[in-house]
Amino acid sequence: MSGSERHSAGIQLPGANASADGDSAGDARDSVFAAVGWALARDIRVALRSKGELGVQLLFYVIVVSLFPLATSPSREVLATIGPGVLWTAALLASLLSLSRLFASDFHDGTLEQIALSPRPLMALVSGKMAAHWLTTGLPVALMAPLLGAQYALDAPVLGTLMVSLLLGTPILSLLGAVGAALTLGARGGGSLLALLVLPLYAPVLIFGAGAVDATRAGVSAMPQLSLLAAGLLLALVAVPFAVAAAVRIALD
Amino acid sequence: MSEFLAMGGYAWYVWMAYGGAAVAIAVEIASLRARRRRVFDELRMSVDPTPRSPSMQGARSQR
Amino acid sequence: MLINWFRFSSPVSFYPVAGSWSYAFGAIAALLAGAGLVVALYIAPTDATQGDAYRIIFIHVPAAWMAMLIYLVMAGWSAAALGFNTRLSAMMAQALAPTGALMAAIALWTGAFWGRPTWGTYWAWDARMTSTLILLFLYLGIVALRAAIEDPRRADRACAVLSLVGAVNVPIIYFSVQWWNTLHQGSSVSLTGAPKMAMAMLAGILIMTGAAWCYTIAVVLARVQAIIVERERGAGWLESLIDLRTAR
Repeated sequence: MSGSERHSAGIQLPGANASADGDSAGDARDSVFAAVGWALARDIRVALRSKGELGVQLLFYVIVVSLFPLATSPSREVLATIGPGVLWTAALLASLLSLSRLFASDFHDGTLEQIALSPRPLMALVSGKMAAHWLTTGLPVALMAPLLGAQYALDAPVLGTLMVSLLLGTPILSLLGAVGAALTLGARGGGSLLALLVLPLYAPVLIFGAGAVDATRAGVSAMPQLSLLAAGLLLALVAVPFAVAAAVRIALD
Repeated sequence: MSEFLAMGGYAWYVWMAYGGAAVAIAVEIASLRARRRRVFDELRMSVDPTPRSPSMQGARSQR
Repeated sequence: MLINWFRFSSPVSFYPVAGSWSYAFGAIAALLAGAGLVVALYIAPTDATQGDAYRIIFIHVPAAWMAMLIYLVMAGWSAAALGFNTRLSAMMAQALAPTGALMAAIALWTGAFWGRPTWGTYWAWDARMTSTLILLFLYLGIVALRAAIEDPRRADRACAVLSLVGAVNVPIIYFSVQWWNTLHQGSSVSLTGAPKMAMAMLAGILIMTGAAWCYTIAVVLARVQAIIVERERGAGWLESLIDLRTAR
């Protein structure tokens, strides 16, 4: 899709209809939510235009998950043991794969710069982008995972924990991954560099996410892991947009 | 002396560990020295670009 | 290193300081290392349970401590670079990363050779070693990012952000790995199981840690000199400051 096409197709920048009245506090509130909503809607519209790309990402997840039994063993015991780890690790990789498109195309056609220059807070705009990334990558994976989990001889309660852990964890992956994506904008090394930067940060999410599923499989409560994931998500929601906005500004300098 | 080297039967482990650390440090120091040498040579070149190859010096001294 | 840094906050004024201190700390490091090795390999008594294999801790523990400490210091300089926008702070962070990676690597290598005779396996996936491995990945990521970005100032800021994000994550990573480890192994098969400390053993570890610290300072200051020259070339002061006949 050419840059000019994307330009004309709705690059109505936020702040174009700034309200003229004196309610500055309400204005600030509105502008933050409006900015988030604007960026979210725009990115989803763009993503939906290339539905094929979204489908491919999901297919990648399915294929990777299906590969592991071939490499190990089809025995139900083995599969049940490695299942949580495989389903979670593949989700990590699927998230990584789609991270480069988070900022790259906007960066290359100059849109990102215009966004940064607009009067709306960059943090809010960046949050909208990350939310869109999760909705188009993490959420489908989280919803798909229980179906694939059945392939791994995992039963219903385990699959339930799997989905909940992924629903809590994949947003964290989108958030942390966005930091890496912003830092590597315009840098050489491409996807591998991004993976090197981001995977160590992913490790705790993987540990608690897969750990939660393992706990349910062992018959104990997964609440500790899930609450830690939830806490991590809240922390990331508050702290990460700041870092991502800083990284985007660094890339645009 | 051989008792020292034997390290109570754990020679392989102790000396591989110490040796590996020594090698790593030697590599760091060597690469740092190479970096500094390159940096200062480039600085010297930029200040005074007179060619320093032996052949040139030989030619000059014969004049 | 808590002095009035602002006096030396420009690369120009810091350069000669870095040089003399590098030599001084290098000499001290050599002395401490010599003394430490004598204690480690000769004076310290053989351990009852682990035999002479425990002598590896005299390298392993200082290296592991330095790997953590260097990351903290690097994060500190990164915060200063972002906060004050000073070039020298970023150069110090740049100089610290390779040595930090080296210390982490040495900690992993020596830890493996300590683990094999004492716990039966070269790699036990225990909490400390796994966290150190991830720390190594963080270091390598910072080095790789710097190499991947052309503009030095942009690289400074990007690496600073990455270092700080990593610094926040290191405790989280350590905690999560610890959880994971105790959950899966139950008993503490941990390389924190150093033998009960005789005085000589403690002295040896402290001396070697001092040696590692001084070595780090010496190497980092020497590296930052190279970085200063690399990045400040074209500024006239370099030729007047550096004796080009003897600089190496």
